[in-house]
Amino acid sequence: MSRRAIVTVPKRAKRGEVIEVKTLAQHAMETGYRRTQLGAAIPRDIIRTFVCSYNGEEVFRMELHPAIAANPLIAFSLVASESGTLEFRWSGDNGYAVTETARITVV
Amino acid sequence: MNRRVFLLSGVLFAAGARATPAEMQAAMRKVLGGATPRPGKVRLEIAPLVDNGNAVPLTVTVESPMTSQDYVKAIHVFTERNPQPNVLSVRFTPRAGRASVSTRMRLADTQAVHAIAELSDGSLWSGSAEVVVTVSACLEDGSGPI
Repeated sequence: MSRRAIVTVPKRAKRGEVIEVKTLAQHAMETGYRRTQLGAAIPRDIIRTFVCSYNGEEVFRMELHPAIAANPLIAFSLVASESGTLEFRWSGDNGYAVTETARITVV
Repeated sequence: MNRRVFLLSGVLFAAGARATPAEMQAAMRKVLGGATPRPGKVRLEIAPLVDNGNAVPLTVTVESPMTSQDYVKAIHVFTERNPQPNVLSVRFTPRAGRASVSTRMRLADTQAVHAIAELSDGSLWSGSAEVVVTVSACLEDGSGPI
């Protein structure tokens, strides 16, 4: 299983500006409802939780269910309040855990 | 056991696994806790006609100033006819600036997608969108070797 994710955050923003954050995690999001051609159930294996923290404070959280498509795209907004680090954490079934960070400079 | 039996069992399984509007109502009640949401404020952007139900772009936006006194706490999305009624739940803080989230979802069938928003003043709002799906998600078998 590959454990990669991509985040897109503007490098610089004006203080108070609403910025767009886009994230993409590489994950099959196996629903648990599919079967192999031999009829065996394919067990569920999904990302369950996504959390974004801004300088250590949680600002956005999403719970995912099997109805989210493979390679989950999550896009949302944030107020650029201060320079610092955005941390993104994905966690899910079978110990899936990926962390990605992005720096932002607020002027 | 032959291939036909397995394929048939897969079809039956898929039919049995489908959530009904009643199950969706039950999932919504868990969020609502007996309250009734008012229609409005919640906008779902989703194509009215989709060819492929495996990855359907969805954006849910709620009208809100997103200040510390008046903001959207959460959005929950549900479907009527997917195997499970829940799609996603998001939690916002005023630091989000806008109460909006975009993702790509699976749709097993032509159906309505519903969203419920919880605001910081405790009020609940709802919105929905009808989607026609020509190729369903969840129908293909896993493509493993036989």
